[in-house]
Amino acid sequence: MSDLFKNKVHLVRMAGLFLVGIVAFVILRWWMVPKSFGEYGHYRGAALGEIASLPMHYAGRAACEECHTDIVAQRKGSPHEQIGCETCHGPLLAHAEAGGEPKPALPDSRQLCPRCHSASPYRPKGFPQVVVADHAPEGQCTACHNPHAPKIS
Amino acid sequence: MTFDRRKFLLDTGKLLVLSASASVAWEAIVAGKPETAPNYTMTDHWWGMAIDVDKCIGCGSCVRACKAENNVPLDPMYFRTWVEQYRVNPDDMDHPTVESPNGGYDGFPFKGAPDSDPKAKHFFVPKLCNHCADSPCTQVCPVGATFISPDGVVLIDKDYCLACRYCVQACPYGCRFIDPRTMTADKCTLCYQRITKGLTTACCENCPTGARRLGDLKNPNDPIQQFLLDHHVVVLKPQMATGAKVYYNDLDGSVR
Repeated sequence: MSDLFKNKVHLVRMAGLFLVGIVAFVILRWWMVPKSFGEYGHYRGAALGEIASLPMHYAGRAACEECHTDIVAQRKGSPHEQIGCETCHGPLLAHAEAGGEPKPALPDSRQLCPRCHSASPYRPKGFPQVVVADHAPEGQCTACHNPHAPKIS
Repeated sequence: MTFDRRKFLLDTGKLLVLSASASVAWEAIVAGKPETAPNYTMTDHWWGMAIDVDKCIGCGSCVRACKAENNVPLDPMYFRTWVEQYRVNPDDMDHPTVESPNGGYDGFPFKGAPDSDPKAKHFFVPKLCNHCADSPCTQVCPVGATFISPDGVVLIDKDYCLACRYCVQACPYGCRFIDPRTMTADKCTLCYQRITKGLTTACCENCPTGARRLGDLKNPNDPIQQFLLDHHVVVLKPQMATGAKVYYNDLDGSVR
C-alpha cells in the first residue's frame, strides 16, 4: 500500500497540470464559442434571427390592394388578375410603408410587355404571344391595351 | 494493483474527452429559447416549393424579383434563382441545348419566327436551391456556417463562413456561389425574412402565371398538398438522395 503512494508528488503535479488545462479549456470555450451555438444544431442559433430580420423590398399584393381598390376592381376577371402588382411596378415596400411616397415610375410597356408576350416557341402553347414587330412596330402597348385589363373587346 | 503513469494518463485523458462531450450535450439539452420572429414557430413549418414547368413562360420576373429583394450581385451576375431554356432535338434527346443568358434576368427574347423550329421540343425550367432535407452542402461545411433550419430551409451564417468553397462544390444543383463583396458563400434563403412574416417568397410573389408556389409541407391545409396529389411531380437528381424539396410538375427527362 505504501508502495502505491511512494511517489505521490508526481500524481499531484500531473493532476494540477490537468486541472489547469481543463480550467483553461472551459474558460476559452466559454469566451470563444457564441452563446447560441448548438441551440438548434451544430451552428449559431442567433443566425436564424439575423437572417429573418434582413430588410424586405417587396410589400406583396395584399398591401397594395388595401389602398388601390380601383385597380382591384379593374383587374377583376381580367387575364392579368392573378399577377402580383410589383411584378410590373417593381419593389414598393417603401412606398407602402410611407403611405404613398415615393411614387414609383410607370414601367415602359415596350420593354415590359414583350418579356412575357413576344412570340417564342419556348413559351407554352396557348399562351397569348405576338410578333412585336408585326403586331405594333412602334408606340406604347398601353396606347391600346389597359395593362390591368388587357383584353380589347 | 499497480498504478503506473501510462494508465493514469490514459484514464485522465478519457475523463477529459468524456466531460468535454458531456458539456456539449448538456448545452444542447438545456437549449430551447423562443425564436426571435414573433408569431412564428419554426417547428410548425417545413418549407418546400412546387414548380409547374408547363406554366413557365420564361419572363424572368422571378430572377429580377430575387435580385431586388435579396441584393444579389448584378455585376458580375450571380444567381440565387435562374431560368434555363431547353431545346430538345429529336435526333439526340439525351443532350438538350440549354441556354440561360444572364440567368433569364432580361427574359428570353426569341429571334426569328415562332414556328421556325417545329421539330424540336421547347420549354423553360426555373431553378433554385432545392432546400434538401439531407443536403450535401451542409454536411461538408467545416465550421458550422451552413445548416438546415428547424423549418427546413438551408441557410448560411455569414459571420461564420470562411469562403472555403466546399459547399459550392458539394451542391449537385449548382445553387451556391461566393459573393464577391463579402467573400462568403451565398444562396437562396427562400426569402427567410419574408416567410417568417407570413409572406411568400419574392419569386413566387412575382411569378405572373403562378408557375412557382411556396408551400408548407407540414400544413395539411396548404394548397401545395393538393398540388402534389394532383400532379406527377419529380425532384431534380433523385439518384443523389438529397431529399430535395422543390417539386417539378411535368419535367422532361432531359433536364439535369
